[in-house]
Amino acid sequence: MKKHYSEQLAGLREQVLRMGGLVEQMTRRVVQSLVERDIGILPEVRSMETQVNQLHIEIDEACIELIALRQPAAIDLRFIAAAMKINTDMERIGDQAINITERAEVLLTVPPLKPLIDIPRMADIAQEMLKASLDAFVNGDDVLALETIRRDDEVDQLKDQVFRELLTYMMADPSTIPRAMELILVSRHLERIGDHATNICEDVIFMVKGKDVRHQEPLA
Amino acid sequence: MENVFEIHDLSNWFGENQVLKKIRMDIGKNSVTSVMGPSGCGKSTFIRCLNRMHDMTPGFRMSGEILLDGTNIYSEKIDPVYLRRRVGMVFQQPNPFPRMSVFENVAVGLKLNGGKLSRADISEKVERSLVMAALWNEVKDHLRQSGASLSGGQQQRLCIARALAVEPEVLLMDEPCSALDPMSTSKIEELIEDLSEKYTIAVVTHNMQQAARISDQVAFFLMGELIEMDKSGKIFTNPSDKRTEQYITGRFG
Amino acid sequence: MTGAITFRRKAVDRTMKALFCLAAILVILPLFLILFDLLIKGGKELKLTLLIDLPHPVGEPGGGIANGIAGTFVITLLAMLWSVPTAVLCGIYLAEYGKGKFASAVRFAADTMTGVPSIIMGIFGYILLVLPMKRFSAWAGAAALSMIFIPVVVRTTEEMLRTVPTTVREAALALGIARWKATLRITVRTAWPGILTGILLAMARIIGETAPLLFTALGNQFWQTRLDQPMAAVPLQVFTYAISPYEDWHDKAWAGALVLITMVLLINIAARVLTREKR
Repeated sequence: MKKHYSEQLAGLREQVLRMGGLVEQMTRRVVQSLVERDIGILPEVRSMETQVNQLHIEIDEACIELIALRQPAAIDLRFIAAAMKINTDMERIGDQAINITERAEVLLTVPPLKPLIDIPRMADIAQEMLKASLDAFVNGDDVLALETIRRDDEVDQLKDQVFRELLTYMMADPSTIPRAMELILVSRHLERIGDHATNICEDVIFMVKGKDVRHQEPLA
Repeated sequence: MENVFEIHDLSNWFGENQVLKKIRMDIGKNSVTSVMGPSGCGKSTFIRCLNRMHDMTPGFRMSGEILLDGTNIYSEKIDPVYLRRRVGMVFQQPNPFPRMSVFENVAVGLKLNGGKLSRADISEKVERSLVMAALWNEVKDHLRQSGASLSGGQQQRLCIARALAVEPEVLLMDEPCSALDPMSTSKIEELIEDLSEKYTIAVVTHNMQQAARISDQVAFFLMGELIEMDKSGKIFTNPSDKRTEQYITGRFG
Repeated sequence: MTGAITFRRKAVDRTMKALFCLAAILVILPLFLILFDLLIKGGKELKLTLLIDLPHPVGEPGGGIANGIAGTFVITLLAMLWSVPTAVLCGIYLAEYGKGKFASAVRFAADTMTGVPSIIMGIFGYILLVLPMKRFSAWAGAAALSMIFIPVVVRTTEEMLRTVPTTVREAALALGIARWKATLRITVRTAWPGILTGILLAMARIIGETAPLLFTALGNQFWQTRLDQPMAAVPLQVFTYAISPYEDWHDKAWAGALVLITMVLLINIAARVLTREKR
């Protein structure tokens, strides 16, 4: 039966959060598999990808139908537009998590190169950023969104650190190159996840303030 | 979803002038169907066929069938008076009966339909109808005041309560919000959404956005023909017929 | 340049306004003059005895027009007894159902009859009832009056019903109310104040009609309780007294006229009061 407009908006919000929860879990679990060297976790991550893709389609359909049938205005319109964009970023995060899964499938079949410290650290920050961005979305908290955008620098710095460290390994012993390359790629994927979380925060700021803060100087 | 109305090849004429051309459509139970189209497309004429309001019009002629729960409403078996108790109508201009109080307006259908209802029964039904029409709280202390003393939006809700009092299955609405301000319009749109859980509702509207907001199905009429009828989501995001798309995007009409 | 034009226009405005007011005063003046005149001339005889005494024989002072007042009431109410339902129902027919040639004919007949001189109605009553019954009677008087009453009320009823908007009828039909019920209980009810006004105004008119009663009710010196006998009526008495050679009777004629106009005024006021819009 037909839902009231406010129920439909709440439903959309809930779908976005559900998708966010899924991609967050995917990221966490795949890094966990690398740290604990447990290849058994990976199938679970792949199955979550299916749900994520399904939600990706459903959220876009819901947004288009809301625009066509309800003529949303002001905050409602920005909310729906933000939801569509966040949808895309979250789906990419899911893709990046799958990419990490593929790296993990290789890395976990060979002996570890070194204890992982920076990579889990990057994963933690990226996860925190993602969680914060979704909280900001739900609560309309543009201050939180802004703070979260700034944390992307930490992720970028860690990525460079990982590269420098692995570079020394590769220069010292060329046989480590395959595993080092995989790890460098993992760090790149995590860095991309951080970027997507940043995009989500920019969309939240637009939703709350109607101000487009993309492509601007790094926010001081 | 079962169908309340099935319309087969409905055409009608006023004298020599043909208005509707072989309309074929179904109206599902407990849903809101909007009929939209540019001026003169026949949408009001169509909806008035569903409760035989054209019987009074001289020169009216029709062909085809309109089945209500399987029986053709234009057959000899059907008494138009009884038909109109099952299929109620709300008009464009709010038209509460003049010189009658709010209470009397809602009760008149009950009193004059030949049923022998006690005063308590009538009071109870009047209250129930006013509650369903989302008007009770505003008038419960003023039931004996004249119906004409209400605002436009309230008068229209009073007319809805009056129509609901005789417990129809279907409610036909001919541009019910055209004469109302935006606040009253949105109250009535909410009311229509709520009522659709228990009633089958067909609304004629010239306001596309309204059709988009309130309906489950939308039927698009053009020059007496039914061009397209589908779920509202489909019609407003990706209609099948080019003419529908042109109308919706404002290219004409 | 414009100043002169404006001045002239304003002058014309004021002149026209004065002319309109003057016309209005000229129209209302006769009513007041008549009332004033009647009060002065009829006031002499305006005693209680006028209203409760029977007429005295010629030469005897005193007496009243009590039987005339009673007779006027009886004849008028008798006429209205069958005229009101007939006329109202006919008016309903013309407004709600009559679309064809027959209805047009009825309308034409009613319009024509409202213009027929009232003495013709009297003659008609004479031929229709007095001759067959071989006597003058209240019945005949009532019959003549009803032929004046009915066409008027038919047309006023029809006009009042036409002022009811179509939307009211549509709404009633859409509720599944049978047409005759919708017509009577809703449409007529809506127009009722206007219809009642029409009835009361027609009543005020026939109360004062003299010519139709001349050869139907004839008049009577005494009390009359039988309807098939001649009956007194105030207009007849006014007529008789006015053309008589007696001074005393002239005074009574003025008084009778005053009584008549009072009755007419009272009915008009009643029409206003009864049809006031309820808040």
